[in-house]
Amino acid sequence: MPSVTITVNGKPETREVENRTLLVQFLREHLGLTGTHVGCDTSQCGACVVHIDGYSAKSCTMLATQVNGANVTTIEGLAKGDQLHPMQEAFRENHGLQCGFCTPGMVMSSIDLLRVNPKPNERQIREWLEGNICRCTGYHNIVKAIAACAEKQAKA
Amino acid sequence: MYNFNYHQAKSVDEAAKLVSGAEEGKLMAGGMTLIPTLKQRLAKPSDVIDLGKIADLKGIKKDGNNIVIGAMTRHFDVANSDVVKSAIPGLAGLAAHIGDPAVRNRGTIGGSIANNDPAADYPSSVLALNATIITNKRKIAADDFFKGLFETALEPGEVITAVSYPIPDKSHYMKFPNPASRYAIVGVYVAKTGNNVRVAVTGAGPVVFRQKDMEAALSKNFSPDAIKDIKQKDSGLNSDIHASAEYRAHLVNVMARRAVQGCG
Repeated sequence: MPSVTITVNGKPETREVENRTLLVQFLREHLGLTGTHVGCDTSQCGACVVHIDGYSAKSCTMLATQVNGANVTTIEGLAKGDQLHPMQEAFRENHGLQCGFCTPGMVMSSIDLLRVNPKPNERQIREWLEGNICRCTGYHNIVKAIAACAEKQAKA
Repeated sequence: MYNFNYHQAKSVDEAAKLVSGAEEGKLMAGGMTLIPTLKQRLAKPSDVIDLGKIADLKGIKKDGNNIVIGAMTRHFDVANSDVVKSAIPGLAGLAAHIGDPAVRNRGTIGGSIANNDPAADYPSSVLALNATIITNKRKIAADDFFKGLFETALEPGEVITAVSYPIPDKSHYMKFPNPASRYAIVGVYVAKTGNNVRVAVTGAGPVVFRQKDMEAALSKNFSPDAIKDIKQKDSGLNSDIHASAEYRAHLVNVMARRAVQGCG
């Protein structure tokens, strides 16, 4: 079996994988990082969103071999010890979640939004979340959380 | 997903050799269609040849009166390119509404065009803007490229390297997206260069096509009113769970008028 080395949350991880191994399987099954979720498994729901070299992508629709050598960040890599990432903190403060299943993907997508657009308006936030589905329909507070995080960052 | 041999090609020549030499080779661009297809076991290639690491396939440049986009340029990069936004804003707008942000971060123009999904957005821009598809073997005119359902003029071992778009006076794309997949239920790209107008329709039929009655009317009078009474025939159009052929035919006219209006 081929071997891949992917730097996950700052740590190089080398594993033997089948060519058909999806990135999300690599993260969840080979590394035990189960914070990245599989929802629809058809690249529509966004529960599996991670960052590849800084941009957001759906890890259920990528092969582990495609990102051999890349830097991947998952939800587990955001907090520094006990200190939550500002986006995680904003989701907590604004109750941006109900059941929590979609939350890792929502947080990873939202961080990418503020990377490309640090001051999004409400419409831009909602459009950006087109690829992240919340079955609880808890969008309202998710949008509030992202807006709050953007505002806090603008002040900082 | 069935397993397969995986190759990361370092050059277009190497990719062409690998795909020709394989029992059943398949080129992979961004993988946004191929990987879901493999997961559903709708395809069983012996070898997948990944084009992702070929640097010369990426990038956007202005070459005289053309915008040349490398085949492996991602939708995100086309949507946010200053060159594309100033020369062909309609094309940047099209790229900005493909799928969702995470899909636009992986999907590529070459992959979209080579796959020729009947509901893909990019083929309409190629046809309406009269672009040229550049491959490792030749140049193919837009009118000769899209042959049928998922079928193109590409030969085995032929690899798209770039798409060259002549800069129009104005152009605009308008789509009625499927609310779940964001694929076009109907999408219409209208482009005007001098008195020449081209109208390309995606999503409605088995393959992207030109609406020549609308083109003739718009060449004389470039306004939404000029085409309001031109009815798209529904025979041969797609009919499925998302929309009937009659509804799609109706949408062709609505989207075309909005696209003309969007040209400004």
